[in-house]
Amino acid sequence: MPKKVENVGCPYCGVCCDDLVVTVSDDGKKILEVENACAIGNQIFHHATGGERIRLPRLRQPDGSYKEISYDEAVDYAAKVLHNAKKPLIYGFGSTNCEGMAAAAKVAEKAGAVLDNCASICHGSSFLAIFDNGYPSCTLGETKNRADVIVYWGANPAHAHPRHMSRYSIFPRGFFTGKGHKSRKIIVIDPRHTDTAQVADIYLQVKQGHDYELFDAFRAVVRGHEIPDVVAGIKREQILEVANILKKARFGTIFYGMGLCHSDGRNHNVDIAISLTRDLNDFTKWTIMAMRGHYNITGPGAVWSWQYGYPYCLDLTKRDIAHMNPGETSSVDLAMRDEVDAFFNVGTDAGAHFPIDAVKHLKKHPWITVDPNICMASEISDLHIPVGIVGVEVPGIVYRMDNVPIQYRKVIDPPEGVISDEELFERIHKRLCELEAEEAAKGQVKAAPEGVRAESEP
Amino acid sequence: MKTVTLTLTNPSELFLEGQNITPDNFAGKKAAEIAALDVWEGKQKSPLGKYFSVEGDGGATAAETKIVLRGDCTRTKRIGQQMTAGEIVIEGSADMYIGGWMKGGKIHVKGNVDSFCGIGMEGGELLVDGNAGSHLGSSPRGEWRGMQGGMIRVAGSVGNDTATFINGGTIVIGGDADIHVSTHGEGGTVVVKGNAKGRVGGQMVKGDIYVYGTIENPLPGFQMVGEVEQEVDGEKARFVHHIGDLGERHPVSRGKTVYANLYTRI
Amino acid sequence: MSELLIKNGFVFDPLQGIKGDRMDIGVKDGRIVEAGALANPKTIDAAGMTVMAGGVDIHSHVVGPKVNVGRLFRPEDKLFKSPLKRCNRMEMGFSVPSTFKTGYDYARMGYVFVNEAAMPPLHSPHVHEEIRDTPIIDNAAMPVFGNNWFTLEYLKNNEIENNAAYTAWLLRATRGFGIKVVNPGGSEAWGWGLNCEHIHDPVPYFDIAPAEIVKGLIETNEYLGLPHSVHLHCNNLGNPGNYTDTLDSLRLAEGYAPKNEFGREQVMHVTHLQFHAYGGDSWKNVESRTKEIMDYVNAHDNITVDMGQVTLDETTTMTADGPFEHHLRAGNNLKWANVDVELETAAGVVPYVYSPKIKASTVQWAVGLEIALMSKDLMRTFLTTDHPNAGPFTRYPRVITWLMSRAARDATMKTFKWLDRTIESTSIDGIDRELGLYEIAQMTRAGPAKALGVSNIYGGLAPGMDADVAVYALDPESMPSDPAEIEKVFGRCAWLVKDGVVTVRDGEVVAEPAKRTVWVDVKVPENAQVQRDIYEHFLRHYSVKLDNYSLFEEHLHNPRVIEVDTTQ
Ligand code: SF4
Ligand SMILES: [Zn+2]
Repeated sequence: MPKKVENVGCPYCGVCCDDLVVTVSDDGKKILEVENACAIGNQIFHHATGGERIRLPRLRQPDGSYKEISYDEAVDYAAKVLHNAKKPLIYGFGSTNCEGMAAAAKVAEKAGAVLDNCASICHGSSFLAIFDNGYPSCTLGETKNRADVIVYWGANPAHAHPRHMSRYSIFPRGFFTGKGHKSRKIIVIDPRHTDTAQVADIYLQVKQGHDYELFDAFRAVVRGHEIPDVVAGIKREQILEVANILKKARFGTIFYGMGLCHSDGRNHNVDIAISLTRDLNDFTKWTIMAMRGHYNITGPGAVWSWQYGYPYCLDLTKRDIAHMNPGETSSVDLAMRDEVDAFFNVGTDAGAHFPIDAVKHLKKHPWITVDPNICMASEISDLHIPVGIVGVEVPGIVYRMDNVPIQYRKVIDPPEGVISDEELFERIHKRLCELEAEEAAKGQVKAAPEGVRAESEP
Repeated sequence: MKTVTLTLTNPSELFLEGQNITPDNFAGKKAAEIAALDVWEGKQKSPLGKYFSVEGDGGATAAETKIVLRGDCTRTKRIGQQMTAGEIVIEGSADMYIGGWMKGGKIHVKGNVDSFCGIGMEGGELLVDGNAGSHLGSSPRGEWRGMQGGMIRVAGSVGNDTATFINGGTIVIGGDADIHVSTHGEGGTVVVKGNAKGRVGGQMVKGDIYVYGTIENPLPGFQMVGEVEQEVDGEKARFVHHIGDLGERHPVSRGKTVYANLYTRI
Repeated sequence: MSELLIKNGFVFDPLQGIKGDRMDIGVKDGRIVEAGALANPKTIDAAGMTVMAGGVDIHSHVVGPKVNVGRLFRPEDKLFKSPLKRCNRMEMGFSVPSTFKTGYDYARMGYVFVNEAAMPPLHSPHVHEEIRDTPIIDNAAMPVFGNNWFTLEYLKNNEIENNAAYTAWLLRATRGFGIKVVNPGGSEAWGWGLNCEHIHDPVPYFDIAPAEIVKGLIETNEYLGLPHSVHLHCNNLGNPGNYTDTLDSLRLAEGYAPKNEFGREQVMHVTHLQFHAYGGDSWKNVESRTKEIMDYVNAHDNITVDMGQVTLDETTTMTADGPFEHHLRAGNNLKWANVDVELETAAGVVPYVYSPKIKASTVQWAVGLEIALMSKDLMRTFLTTDHPNAGPFTRYPRVITWLMSRAARDATMKTFKWLDRTIESTSIDGIDRELGLYEIAQMTRAGPAKALGVSNIYGGLAPGMDADVAVYALDPESMPSDPAEIEKVFGRCAWLVKDGVVTVRDGEVVAEPAKRTVWVDVKVPENAQVQRDIYEHFLRHYSVKLDNYSLFEEHLHNPRVIEVDTTQ
């Protein structure tokens, strides 16, 4: 008898749908059917048991081929790489659970590494804006229950977050929004007329790269000042009209995407969006939210913040204190500037996502990929360590785009012998401790460095 | 004043972090003691002398100590960080955070510097003969109390995010500035003698900006209010006076709203 | 079979009425035992030192989403402000420390139990993840109820039994400890950008007022007989003139008597009272109304309070009182984070600089101390800073010093820019009272433990209790003349024994015994109506599935459950 697993979380996008029903074969090894998921979500599950999975770590040989090795050997290799490097970089975590991220942080701290996540090339600019200007936000259920005006700015959920509009924003009927779509005004602001723009009541085609100016105009108008006839390609009348809708809303949410944080000025586009949201709260209730991409890319920001106070780009190389400064300690900058001498690619594909020069620099040094599957990064690595797929084979907590923790379930067992990220990092940590102890026994004890970085405790 | 000369003889493999290279840390130390100060190459802590030859002793105090750096320091960060007095001359180029959190004294870089130089500056003088990267004279991440005082002068051009959250002090840029000048500023003065790309004075509360060349994309939140003659950096000139950012909050002082001023040269 | 004998210390244990007697404390297998019952103990020489039970914090924001926003959005709270690593993990942050620093620093001060003051139920898995990463100290967390739609709907109709069944369900779903109420009704109103400033202001759409919410929750709490009472953050926090609202809130407890088997004697704990005791009508003419408030508290022993002492630091404010944080930001123009949580609560976070140069801050400082110094019963008046709202918990030693020494208060007041006006607007200068060590023990362990209903486990040194013992290098017979010495001693205890394990020695953490999660499991009769309501709200209004909402057992770490059975 196939068995149905209910209330399953989807390990794909930041919408984190947790209403999936997955039918699993009798022997608990195969996924037969996935209900409620969108097409991409569906695929993620079928992919897990579809193709050939890697079951053992693979080590690059002098002839360029991969040879299967045991997890013990892989752990030893990885620990030694981390131990011997002067500035290793551990990056990724787009598809890891929080338990795995916590374990990875323990490793990074022990090894004196830089620890970073995919936000670094994605919504990292949101963090910079939050550092500077705060984040007036809410959970997605608030939007569903209260919002009568929705703004999508530089975001195209129709493509990237397929069920976002139906679960939380445009279509659902909530407590105070019983009429669903009919009770809401939808505004889409984007240089491209996207599929999302199709469902908008108002669409503003902002000139590419000039979002900041448009926000500035909205802010000036909201405060009752004059603005030029045209700003960022939008006519003044239209700006006035939209500003009026924003001010008159009962409850509004601005959802913004990569269109804001990846065009010129990046964090400042988000920053001024936050300023506008704050201004609007002098009139009514407004909230803002980043459309985070991967299902648990919000996770590392949460875990590392409680562990170190920084969500990403953590330079732990000083071993006694953490340092963060995106632009310096961000993965791509480190790689472009050739600042690191070992690379751990965890649950992402830096091979595909990083600029070519960055990959070239990283390739000069040991490169280890931790991923359930074969990807570009795994194919250029020196060592590939497979792990179980979170949300399919490994349970755990993930953080939705609105920072709400969702408890993910396990649907099937991982392929025999394949371990979780968490277990892998715990084992690497243990091995690192042994290596350190061996070195200490040889008498090279590392004293705490002294310097001007840290003051005595206030 | 006593001079300590550091010559980079054995370049590091990775970048060096040299926050101990300040007159404050060198003062009262003999050359050999200076050579024993810590620098970091990633997680590896080594004595300064591993990379640099050290000649000369420090003065009795920071103010009486001058440091000259020779050799290619483009991969050395944090020179002069948190210095309070004395002088540093970098004969060539240097990397990030030069003069970061500087409180006093003087740094002269004869080449270029990278990003985050002069961030969190409170006082003193930072001179760069070449170009500077981004975040010149900016505030550190999340800090709303940006540059408080002091003087930064860059002869060439600068990257983006100059003077974010500036609160006081002066920055003079001989060449062009990339986007974002004095964003969130609440005081201080920035002079751009070349062109500015855009987003000049965005979200700015108070303070002054002068742009001699053109602003490619001016902000809608700035409004022209007239023409003025002003003395800037020792010369008199006429400017168009704009106030802004009208989208931002502004304090009221003696019954009058205080805006940030943007002057563009006629 | 580990045995310890803590010898010859001056023991202060208000739960047993021990006032500095020279005594030995025995420890065996993690429990306190009669000293004579030990066979072959290791000895800790506590001669000339002060011995107390491990500290108990009744109200502190240490774990959970808004604390973490405070960490995340303040990198400047770490830069040049974090101490160098000296334990297992790095310790980052000043006003909002990392979880590791939180655990280590509490332990260094001799604390063993910290009650997280506000858990948004929807975020309980997050809270428990942070609890896991907070070393050494035992944690409990109180889910917030005062703006919860279920609660509002039940109490509107005066359905105490249903509300009790829901409360029991939520405590279990979140592995929570008790009923927290923050700005009742006001945070729901904040969903529309509004607030309830007074206890009779109606909550939009819900046809109920804060007064009814508070009374209904007191009735619910006593109906269930929970270990702790309703834990209230009153309406209209932080505004000049709010003391009348506070008195109105305090009066809501009149006529209620505690009903529980945990030795708790209050029906209402009113938290961070300092923020609620202001007269005047603006910050220009703000004045202390501590006397009115404390006269009331002193005369009503079904109420307990904590201070919320301002420590004059740059800190980070964070509260489920969403409208307050918005209001605060309008004053200081600093970055503002806000998180409204569907059907349940809200939260705001804003950095704040309390300074001896600002009159508002120095008046607040005085008001906080007056609360303790005017208290007639320190078993009902507890030391807190509403960490990190009025200041970080790492300043407790300084607060203790101010309470114990008029000279310390005078020295601090000398730094005030508006000293005369602060003295004019408050009573602090007329108070000579200096608290003793027994009273400090009341305020920091015995009292909070009793009010939390855990005084059979924590807060005392009677045989059978947890072997949590703090030893401070302070000789009560020759107290240091320099008050700074007192601060040092309480910041770095000479010894902390936690669960029978030597955890801190000479102010440094030397071991990390397993920490616990303390929660309250209430058995109530089956309630079909409430089950249906829960089902409906999750079907229509929550954004997560009911089955994913309740904390999975695997995310609860080292639990210590306190059972309450209402079906008997
Ligand atoms: S919307 Fe996103 S989370 Fe939901 S099913 Fe599709 S891919 Fe999965
Ligand atoms: Zn509180």
